[in-house]
Amino acid sequence: MSIKGKAYIMGAWEHPLRDAPDKTSAQLHAECAAGALADAGLSHDDVDGYFCAGDAPGFGAMSMIDYMGLRNIRHMDSTETGGSSYLIHVGHAAAAIAAGKGKVALTTLAGRPRQGQGGRFGGGAGKPGQLTDGPPEAGFENIYGGSTHNTYGMCAARHMYEYGTTSEQLAWIKVAASHHAQWNEHAFLKDVVTVEQVVNSRMISDPLHLLDCCVVTDGGGALIVTSPEIAKSLNRPKVKVIGAGEAPKGPSGGHDLDLTHSGAVWSGPIAFAEAGVTPADIKYASIYDSFTITVLMQLEDLGFCKKGEGGKFVSDGNLISGVGKLPFNTDGGGLCNNHPTNRGGITKVIEAVRQLRGEAHPKVQVPNCDLALAHGTGGSLGTRHGAGTLILERE
Amino acid sequence: MSETETKTRPIPSPAVTIETKPFWDAAAEGRFLIKRCNACGKAHWYPRAICPLCHSSDTVWEESPGEGVIYTFSIMRRSPTGPYAIGYVTLNEGPAVLTNFVADDLDALAIGQKVKVKFQPTEGGGPPAPVFSPL
Repeated sequence: MSIKGKAYIMGAWEHPLRDAPDKTSAQLHAECAAGALADAGLSHDDVDGYFCAGDAPGFGAMSMIDYMGLRNIRHMDSTETGGSSYLIHVGHAAAAIAAGKGKVALTTLAGRPRQGQGGRFGGGAGKPGQLTDGPPEAGFENIYGGSTHNTYGMCAARHMYEYGTTSEQLAWIKVAASHHAQWNEHAFLKDVVTVEQVVNSRMISDPLHLLDCCVVTDGGGALIVTSPEIAKSLNRPKVKVIGAGEAPKGPSGGHDLDLTHSGAVWSGPIAFAEAGVTPADIKYASIYDSFTITVLMQLEDLGFCKKGEGGKFVSDGNLISGVGKLPFNTDGGGLCNNHPTNRGGITKVIEAVRQLRGEAHPKVQVPNCDLALAHGTGGSLGTRHGAGTLILERE
Repeated sequence: MSETETKTRPIPSPAVTIETKPFWDAAAEGRFLIKRCNACGKAHWYPRAICPLCHSSDTVWEESPGEGVIYTFSIMRRSPTGPYAIGYVTLNEGPAVLTNFVADDLDALAIGQKVKVKFQPTEGGGPPAPVFSPL
């Protein structure tokens, strides 16, 4: 297996400006993208992979994807190695295309170091009387006191409005996580909680209560991914990656805003199709749980239940191992166990590996667990985020 | 009055770029601008030089009455300056706008409620920022 002959560079365009006082860096990125697409004879909607490095303003690749209106991105990469980034991007793009992860990758570079203060990034904070050149959305979003709590609260409020989802239903997600966390000696919160305790906990940002939120913890985790040959040579149960999907979601220029779904509606089907399995086949699911609403929306988006029926699906202990139909986050998840450095993705994979190895706590181990899903949402459900889905199989 | 009686949350000075300066200059005059694309005819938000919907560079500023309905909101209770409401308003022109909702009684806000833009001063003498209040 090699990239040799599996990918072609079909568009290339250099911006004619050498001094750009009248354009933002984001705008220059977009003009470069348009130039390369025109050169190739392709359209923005043909692009399914986007690559950028540290010169791209904003949040990884996602600010620029949203700014440029790239609607069909299913592969993202913001590898940053300074000026060499774009050569590495071509290599990564070729590998992704060779693996069938996409067909048209775009990589952009742009900036305006000649413009002094106004040509520098900044973190998106405004300076009265001065122009900045940071994330293009910053001036219109960063000033309103957005946080994870309240932007996820906005999603929960809209989900309740459209589908009649209740706080009691959301609370069942925390209850299930707490049932699992009681067996985890390292869990940050080990006490089993009730629906009443969740809905009577302090309101943080409507309609999310304190116990709808994940924990804040120090710590971390790591993963090792190997070739089949290395895997075979090691004395550990083999967890095979059989499907992977990814997708960004943003406000899309403010059109057709729908905060009741996440990028999982795209990343999930890609992963399931690659794996050749369906949600009904999954024995265990690690579902990103920054808040209870995060879990509910992702379960719907991944196809474990219909859109709008997540509240019913999570109720009555349906997510508790040994009790319900879909055991989830058997380590206690981010809601009770761990959300290291406010990034819960790696612990989602780690607990799925434990389940597939048969090394979860005996009280929560799913019998004959041979197929698992791990899914994460990063960024904000309420503004722009990246979704990643993995399907893992015990071999 | 409810327990969430309004205290106005201070708004930091917005990041102004060469691409968005006309918006903030108009805001200083109390005018609310949106961007519309001459190629596809659609308005978008946040304002960009290049239309995020059809990718044309033929975009123009347009003054808007700044009226619409609340799409969703959340009242943040964990705030040193008192509760505040953040959410999206769907403008009558189409696009959804992230904003703060400012009202005498935040608990009376509701999804679907009609709101209109007004401008709130920002910290450090930055340009005023658009917020929305019930009509």
